[in-house]
Amino acid sequence: MSATLDEVCAVAIAECFRGDGEILCSPIGTLPAIGARLAKLTFEPGLLMTDGVGPLVANVSALGDKDAAKVIEGWLPYRSVFDVVWHGRRHVMMGATQIDRFGNQNIACIGDFEKPKAQLLGMRGAPGNTICHPTSYWVPKHSRRVFVEQVDVVSGVGYDRARALGERASRFHEIRRVISNLGVFDFQTPDNRMRLVSAHPGVELSEIVENTGFELVLPQGDVPRSRQPSEAELELLRTRIDPKGFGKKELGL
Amino acid sequence: MLDKRTTEERVLGELQDGMTIGIGGWGSRRKPMSLVRAIARSTLKDLTIVSYGGPDVGLLCKLGKVRKVIYGFVSLDSIPLEPHFRVARQEASVEVMELDEGMFQWGLYAAALRLPFLPTRAGLGSDVLKYNPGLKLVSSPYEDGEQLVAMPALNLDVALIHMNRGDAAGNGQFLGPDPFFDDLFCMAAKRRFMSVERLVPTEDLLNEGSVHTLKISRMHVDGVIEAPQGAHFTECPPDYSRDEAFQRAYAATAQDAEAWEAFKRRFIDEPGDHAAYVAAVDAFRKETADKGKA
Repeated sequence: MSATLDEVCAVAIAECFRGDGEILCSPIGTLPAIGARLAKLTFEPGLLMTDGVGPLVANVSALGDKDAAKVIEGWLPYRSVFDVVWHGRRHVMMGATQIDRFGNQNIACIGDFEKPKAQLLGMRGAPGNTICHPTSYWVPKHSRRVFVEQVDVVSGVGYDRARALGERASRFHEIRRVISNLGVFDFQTPDNRMRLVSAHPGVELSEIVENTGFELVLPQGDVPRSRQPSEAELELLRTRIDPKGFGKKELGL
Repeated sequence: MLDKRTTEERVLGELQDGMTIGIGGWGSRRKPMSLVRAIARSTLKDLTIVSYGGPDVGLLCKLGKVRKVIYGFVSLDSIPLEPHFRVARQEASVEVMELDEGMFQWGLYAAALRLPFLPTRAGLGSDVLKYNPGLKLVSSPYEDGEQLVAMPALNLDVALIHMNRGDAAGNGQFLGPDPFFDDLFCMAAKRRFMSVERLVPTEDLLNEGSVHTLKISRMHVDGVIEAPQGAHFTECPPDYSRDEAFQRAYAATAQDAEAWEAFKRRFIDEPGDHAAYVAAVDAFRKETADKGKA
């Protein structure tokens, strides 16, 4: 079986949670929900997840299956979510309307904050998430509109800003990875600038560079390819996690 | 037992221009909409609204009741952006204090505990501090000396909340999955008014939920209003889910002045009280169902 792009992205997203163990895993958006479920069903069975409302649900159901039986293992109302955020046993994958080379993220508004061209979601939980526990980002449409030289408003805190706070205040800050429809990116560089880790199969390096509004740190030599899903992972994605193909819809496939 | 039963109109009599009003619920969930509509019909103005915002914020902004909104987000949940609030922001017709969601809780909690502020790491490094220059940092007085945000108390003049059940004395019960922050809203406010889906005798409060669901204490409530479907069109599980068709109709009015005028006339101006509103909604539902059949 050959994998489609949404399935490659799901695996790349799942890999963000590798090694996390028993933490609250909070995927926001369609492919993050698929990737996190894949991680839980394979190499990270300890992940805790909510049903999007109050209960923690132990079993993994198919995306969009409203009638699926839930095995409830705990209760996490919103006020307890903030407790967990500040406590730190959480990894969130959020969206980013804009993101820059140091991982500063904007979901608040476009343009001048006092009179925005477009009001977006607002700060939501981004400031607290990024200063308290690991955060990753999912960008379904990689473009210069999203990967920008400078974000209009900083909702999620990037590495340059975290560093400016000093070691003590920034000790829980970690922007782990950015996954887009073109590739996998991290900040494992001496000054924490965004680096291309791998290009998804079929994506040219030039396509990534052209669609990024700042200079990426590029790998020496050949560009690694993002990992292909295994047969077992494809089986899980197609039969148990996303049988209705919501991941494909998100990418317009 | 004390009897604190009152009405939306009498609550309105306690409100004044310029007040800071906290509204419970979360997004488009368990909002005290019958009380919000009473404000919408009134001549009140220059209000500061403190809310995990949903249609309460959008509606009151659209009607020009609001000078300032304090929030972490304003959303209709199934429609991610509250369209009327979005217009208000883009026209800069309201002042805002936009916070991280957890900072917002901390502000309510500080007010509830009668503290001037509570420290937090949330907000550090983000533009929350840039756009709220009144927010100050505080240094830990202990050896670590860590710098933290001093989230100021969000002190409220009035809190408005909606619960599933309550008694005449003002004890309130949530039966859905999440209590939200309604108890903190009440404790942060000088005057507190609670609408409930159904008033029951105190001895019947445990018929539908365990003792843990009695989240609101009568010591934090000054008036209670029985308002069946009082949270409509937001959700109030297990009594009812969100009225998505009605919410879509509401949201569509942000792009269409004529549709807004019709909506306002039919669901805010003409129903003089909550019972008349419920009747208007029933008629709307019947029309929508008939359209579905045709």
